Amino acid sequence: MELQAVLMAAGGGSRMMDLTYNTRKPLLPVGNKPLIWYPLNLLERVGFEEVIVITTKEVQKMISTDPKMKLDVKMKLDIVCIQEDADMGTADALRHIQQKIKTDILVVSCDLITDAALHEVVDLFRAHNATLSMLMSKAHEFTETVPGQKGKKKTGEQRDFVGVDGTGKRLLFMANEADLDKGLVIRKSIMRKLPRMHIKTGLVDAHLYCLKKSVVDFLADNKSVSSIRGELVPYLVRKQFSKSMTSPNVNDEADQKLKKKDGNANLEIQILSRDEVLLQLTRERSCWNDHRGDMSEAYHGVRLRCYVHIMDEGMCYRVNTLAAYIEANRLAPKLFDEPAVHPSAAISVRCLIGADSIIGASCQISDKASIKRSMIGASTTVREKVKVTNSIIMHGVTIEEGCNIQGSVICSNTVIGRGADIKYCLVGSAQRIEPEGEHTTLSECDWT
Amino acid sequence: SSILHIAAVVVSGTSVVVYMYTWCLSSSIHISAVVVSMFSTIICGFLFLLVVKRLPEHVQVDDPAVVKRLAKKLERQQIPLRSDYGYKVSLFSHLHQYSRKAPLTQQLSIPSTVIHPSIVRLGLQYSQGIVAGSNARSVALLHAFKQVIRDYTTPPNEELSRDLVNKLKPYISFLNQCRPLSASMGNAIKYIKKEISNIPSQCKEEEAKTKLLTCIDRYIEEKIVLAAKAISKYAIEKISDGDVILVYGCSSLVNNILCEAFEKSRKFRVIVVDSRPRLEGREALRRLVQRGISCTYVLISALSYILPEVSKVFLGAHALLANGYVMSRVGTSQIALVARTFNVPVLVCCETYKFCEKVQTDSFVSNELDDPDDLMVTRKGKTQLENWQDVSSLGLLNLVYDVTPPDFVDLVITDLGMIPCTSVPVVLRVKNLDQ
Repeated sequence: MELQAVLMAAGGGSRMMDLTYNTRKPLLPVGNKPLIWYPLNLLERVGFEEVIVITTKEVQKMISTDPKMKLDVKMKLDIVCIQEDADMGTADALRHIQQKIKTDILVVSCDLITDAALHEVVDLFRAHNATLSMLMSKAHEFTETVPGQKGKKKTGEQRDFVGVDGTGKRLLFMANEADLDKGLVIRKSIMRKLPRMHIKTGLVDAHLYCLKKSVVDFLADNKSVSSIRGELVPYLVRKQFSKSMTSPNVNDEADQKLKKKDGNANLEIQILSRDEVLLQLTRERSCWNDHRGDMSEAYHGVRLRCYVHIMDEGMCYRVNTLAAYIEANRLAPKLFDEPAVHPSAAISVRCLIGADSIIGASCQISDKASIKRSMIGASTTVREKVKVTNSIIMHGVTIEEGCNIQGSVICSNTVIGRGADIKYCLVGSAQRIEPEGEHTTLSECDWT
Repeated sequence: SSILHIAAVVVSGTSVVVYMYTWCLSSSIHISAVVVSMFSTIICGFLFLLVVKRLPEHVQVDDPAVVKRLAKKLERQQIPLRSDYGYKVSLFSHLHQYSRKAPLTQQLSIPSTVIHPSIVRLGLQYSQGIVAGSNARSVALLHAFKQVIRDYTTPPNEELSRDLVNKLKPYISFLNQCRPLSASMGNAIKYIKKEISNIPSQCKEEEAKTKLLTCIDRYIEEKIVLAAKAISKYAIEKISDGDVILVYGCSSLVNNILCEAFEKSRKFRVIVVDSRPRLEGREALRRLVQRGISCTYVLISALSYILPEVSKVFLGAHALLANGYVMSRVGTSQIALVARTFNVPVLVCCETYKFCEKVQTDSFVSNELDDPDDLMVTRKGKTQLENWQDVSSLGLLNLVYDVTPPDFVDLVITDLGMIPCTSVPVVLRVKNLDQ
């Protein structure tokens, strides 16, 4: 077996608490499918037959019991539950399932919606015998107004600085603005080996990683690393150019003893494979080099290599903020070719449904309703003369007559009274909006 | 072409019948016409077998029937078909031409189940040029086969000697699709298949596997590593102090020889000749300069300018053909030709495992076409050939190999000794006798 897929679905969605306090993030509906369906569909399309899903007990129960959240994936899902309050990072979760991992792994986050060609990432991993291979994409500006937010967007998260070499494939430097207090520091050893580096800031990390099995074993020995993105990836990128990583042409006895004393388990010993002699012979006889201009061999003799594939075009979203969630709802339907209107929905003849709207199962849309550029969840009732524009309505919602909903997000099981006028609002679950009310740019939820 | 064959057979058959009939008449033997016709049909049958010879499919790409047959074979083995790319120059339209930007892994599933992962990795490394050079490719191939053999388990009611060979066939087709196999790889595959079929049926699986793994290790050790040492020993005799040696491209064997000679304190300097689009000479230059050998670097267009300084030419080979022709990187025949004009001795270094039973006298019939986009060069932000496909009268040709006639080669240094080019069939005959 070449690769095992691991899907991380235990995250809490801490940046969109308005939406996730009632529905867990992996089960949020996007285009009327649960969010977790998208990465599972990606893995299935590419050819995986089994996935290890790491999630909480609550999500597992909902996946298996709730008929509305039917996951029609044909792969075998091996669901591993972790405690919700254990506050486990992604690397801790990998350590938890270390026994199940027998080969190299492909780690995917549950909030990734993309149509990327995965073979580009995996080909880098295979061809260069890399330790880490990841996917990034050029960030797109979010154009839709976010409901519930007054005024301009806040200055957003801090930027990521990503340094790549001339070909754009080898990852040389990765740091977040938060970790750089005094400025961007680039080590001289990197500049000596690779003097040309392109530093990019406008990239979105897709949280899709191909990792060697030796990295998982290394994690098992080093319990201090708790997050893949926050700690493991920058550590691996830094370790590429540290002194101990070059090929052992210098057989220094003292050097080796020093390495053994080091607390951290030796990653390089784990990278050596069988038949190292033959691989060395191949490298010596092959007339290929990944760089030119200096006297060193291919890869500068570095054993630990990190690669990145940066997508120029195509869809790649991580649904971890409200703005991303709304953008994903607009574009996600392009990924699957089911009819926009579910066959079991009861749509009356005289209503107007725009071409880019999605109607879920068992909906009831009455006369003279107008639905444009919106997503209507399953089992929703829309009464007469309702105008819904640019909105996301989740399942189980009842919208009484004469309502006007624009640019809003209405969570599940809410009742909107008759004649209510809702503009750019975010309404939480199981709320009641009183009739004839006028609400603009409001975020109404009931935090329990 | 089959019609021509049938016509040839019919003509020869009728002439045999006529001859036999006149012979019967002249020697007044009364044999019935039926017997005569039966006899002649038997002779026709033999002639048919002699005349009809299957051309390999990789040189018949412009024949749609052959392409269809190949597609069917690949479909049976569950290997995706790699499609040709771009306009092919008409003289070479019978060969495959692939693009590096469309790897075969696009059509495979991740993780690969049909093909062993180490073979997928090898195919990727071949098609991207990470493993290049016939020695490196053979060693990488044998390394991948070792992984395959380690992970192999005999299915019930099957014999390892037959089943393992059948398992290797789709892998070899896959590697062929990624990049056409080299002569050295072909010989290595023949050796492995022979070793596998020679495993006695009562041998236990673990024992058989360890036996195969040691065979592979021994093959690499004998035919590649020790052969390189032997060739260096012979070649160093030919290098004298004060020599100016010309090398072309990056041949691992020639680089090895020069480094060994330098270590044995021979005083010489090297001229590295390089050519586009591969520019492999830069890598050879790096390896030689790293050892401390003083080098000069020229492109092949400056060859006649630099040759008056040269005392010897050392060339590497991709394969040595049965009629004494040397198949090597494109440009080698030019170097040999110009060196002959200047009366500079040309020495070809080649291990015996690269000797091949093919016969070729030109570089057209069987060759390899590399990605034509490699010929595009970007200078100061502009790529002149960017839209070459839109120009209908323009074709880009990126040849990989060419053949050098034996009259231009003075000596071939092999691990069996120093032989003239025309002794290659003798070596092949001796090798076949050994096996």
